[in-house]
Amino acid sequence: MADDHDDEGHWFSLPGLLPPIIAAGLFAAFWRALPTVADGGSIRHVTQWVPGMGVDLSFVIDGLSLTFALLITGIGTLVMLYSARYMAGHPQHDRFSLYLTAFMLSMLGVVLADNLIALFVFWELTTITSFLLIGFSHASGTSRRAALQALLVTGAGGLAMLAGVIVIGQVAGTYELSEIRAMGGVLRDSPAYLAIFVLIVLGAFTKSAQLPFHFWLPNAMAAPTPVSAFLHSATMVKGGVYLLARMHPSLAGTDVWLWTLTIFGGVTAVFASVVALRQTDLKQTLAYTTLMALGTLVLFLAAPGGYAITAAVTFLVIHSLYKAALFLMIGCVDHRTGTRDAALLGGLWRKMPLTALAAALAGMSMAGIPPFLGFIGKELLYKGGLESTASVVFVILATLLASALMFAVGAIVALKPFWGRAENLSERNSAKGEAPWQMLVGPLLLGGLGLYFGLFPHWLQDNSITPTVAALLGDPAQAKELHLWAGVNTALYLSGVTFLLGIILYLWHLRLRAGLTRIDDASFSFDRGWDAFLVGITRCAGWLTDRLQTGDLRQYMLVVFGTILAGLLLVIGRTGLNVQIPPLPDLHMKQYFVVILMIAGTGLAVMTRSRIAAIGGLGVVGIGVALIFIIYSAPDVAITQLMVETLVVVLFGVAALRLPVLPSREQEGARWGHAALAIAVGTTVSLILLTVTNGTLDLRLTDYFAAESYPTAFGRNIVNVILVDFRAFDTFGEISVVVVAALSAVALLRQGGKHAKSQSRTEEDRT
Amino acid sequence: MELLLSASVGILVAAAIYLMLSRSLLRFLFGLTLISNAANLLIFASGRLTAGAPPLIPEGAYAPVGDVANALPQALVLTAIVIGFGLFAFSLVLAIRAYSELGTLETSNMRLAEPRPDLRPDPSTATSNETSAG
Repeated sequence: MADDHDDEGHWFSLPGLLPPIIAAGLFAAFWRALPTVADGGSIRHVTQWVPGMGVDLSFVIDGLSLTFALLITGIGTLVMLYSARYMAGHPQHDRFSLYLTAFMLSMLGVVLADNLIALFVFWELTTITSFLLIGFSHASGTSRRAALQALLVTGAGGLAMLAGVIVIGQVAGTYELSEIRAMGGVLRDSPAYLAIFVLIVLGAFTKSAQLPFHFWLPNAMAAPTPVSAFLHSATMVKGGVYLLARMHPSLAGTDVWLWTLTIFGGVTAVFASVVALRQTDLKQTLAYTTLMALGTLVLFLAAPGGYAITAAVTFLVIHSLYKAALFLMIGCVDHRTGTRDAALLGGLWRKMPLTALAAALAGMSMAGIPPFLGFIGKELLYKGGLESTASVVFVILATLLASALMFAVGAIVALKPFWGRAENLSERNSAKGEAPWQMLVGPLLLGGLGLYFGLFPHWLQDNSITPTVAALLGDPAQAKELHLWAGVNTALYLSGVTFLLGIILYLWHLRLRAGLTRIDDASFSFDRGWDAFLVGITRCAGWLTDRLQTGDLRQYMLVVFGTILAGLLLVIGRTGLNVQIPPLPDLHMKQYFVVILMIAGTGLAVMTRSRIAAIGGLGVVGIGVALIFIIYSAPDVAITQLMVETLVVVLFGVAALRLPVLPSREQEGARWGHAALAIAVGTTVSLILLTVTNGTLDLRLTDYFAAESYPTAFGRNIVNVILVDFRAFDTFGEISVVVVAALSAVALLRQGGKHAKSQSRTEEDRT
Repeated sequence: MELLLSASVGILVAAAIYLMLSRSLLRFLFGLTLISNAANLLIFASGRLTAGAPPLIPEGAYAPVGDVANALPQALVLTAIVIGFGLFAFSLVLAIRAYSELGTLETSNMRLAEPRPDLRPDPSTATSNETSAG
């Protein structure tokens, strides 16, 4: 996004000014809630939404949500002011502002919602707005791919989370988070705990890009820089962390929680910081450090101790401040020089002193140097790691390694472009002076806050850290105190080791980078793995379609009749058969004769190879059926059957002239399987019919028609009255079906075949 | 008679299914005719058999006198016969048309709409564009 939209006039416009004003207004509104929350209170607001399903738009402001809300609106104000200038003159500036504001409101919904269903809806809204913002440069294939990837990964996680939310609702009987928290261990003690845990964690891990779902986040850097600063470092990706923190009182405290979060968080943190060192694009570097921060947050949410939670909350605030500042700073550099390549940039401090200051402030907080807030955070991380109940060595090692790498990366990002050697910087990329003020306010203010809170942590402690820890652990006394000098202890020694290791890593980073690049290129790429996964899904769908939709009529018929047989057997298995073979009564010869006639006709139709004989057989069966209708008092039906059967025979006879002969028995091949299926279905139907005729018959409808036929419909033939009076609409529908069939038949026949067409064409050609 | 009729319905159904599983579309149509006859008989018989008493109301009476045959299944079967005939006629014309277009009545060779997987153009080349662009 290095395009210059340097049009001074454009930033002072509706799409430029409205978003920062909205964000600032919201920030002021949340600011007013600070005293209540600092005193340990919370504010709740409920609007009925779907009361029938226990879904309400209920919002709550407690320590955790207020910290997030202030970060979202505060950083949002600065980012939007920044983008007013950054995007000024862009043809789609208004669209961009709309997306960004929509995102901010959705994210506020996520952190304020007290109803799990509402939380899910806002959660998905952030996924969608993130998709729109990553794909903002929609003409670029890279952007589109990154946007779709983020949508699919986080969307799939969101669906898992929805399932988890529904299970929680079933177990707890409510979707209100505050009510669930008040129930104590109701989720932990439920047999569905593991299912809830896995589903919720899937949602959180995809959103917060934990290994192995991390790959979408570096790709999301295809978005314009303000988006990366706002969504993909400071706010949205912390949604998963927020969810884990929100569910902490209800779900945490079990072994599976402790170990899952420890292992995934620790591995993500170390892996991401190693890969961060490999990147040369500064934005990519920052993306991986964001992954590292998310991993650290998850790692420290694993343990229930006061130090670990205080450390997680403090680090959350620290990271949001310095990471947003660094992203915005990189945007300034990119904006003024046209490159973000760490290997090229150097010596910018002369031309861009204020940017250099902002970078130094944020970078030192990131590296954890005293007296910055980052130092306090790092000390707390070590203390939290030392009291870890999982594995102190693992947690401390992961934290130490990640922090040392952060130190080195902080130096690469914040120092080298400004104070490093500039021999690689071409004339074209030399800085054109300082970035405009709208773009400097954000990084300077956020970087400065890192220093201010480091020197005076009490305000932050009282208004944000303690209330948030209280929201997680239910007790403000659990919050540990933030201070710069905690005396000589293990944490301080560990800090010393971190700095030492960090300096070594920075000095060797070029050599390390070459090695890392070789290893990274040779090893498995999750990003390419994702592509293979998508192709695999398409292939699998194709394979399955080929199996199910073979295009062979016989196979479809086999499936149809097999299913019918299975269904019939299922019904029989449920209700049982009631077959009583009555002694054959002394029937007249005519009944035996009709049945024998039908069976003979059927046999002929099945056996013969002659078309005419088969048609004759069918005709015999039809006449037999008509005779049965006559014998058993259905004269109208019999007449219809006779007429229809005659027509069938005539039509078949005519058609047979235009159709080929029937295949011989050799051509058909052995069909024992078909015969077995046919006999099985036939036998089942026979048995069911016998059962039905042995049962009782509900004659209420028949009696109604018999009683009402003459008095209300004035007809003496009850069958006719049913057809044209009681059920007239059915008959009308039947007539329509016949008419449609006739019209379609005419249309098909008149069109003529391929041969007919080609013949007529040649005739036309001749004339 | 119920026993005989049940057996005949079963035989009709079995023969119809056997015919409908044939490779020839013409035999399939034979099966279709048989199975609709079988279904009609099934409905008719499950409404009970009454010999020699059609459901009619004699002159001067307001309701049928004595036990008469069940009118309801008769009405249903009557509708079914006509609908079945419509279906049969349309299928027959379709078969004629298909034969004149495709030159065959072998169902396994009538694959204009659903070509065989091994004769189709490679699906991976057709979809790879979409996935790489997406």
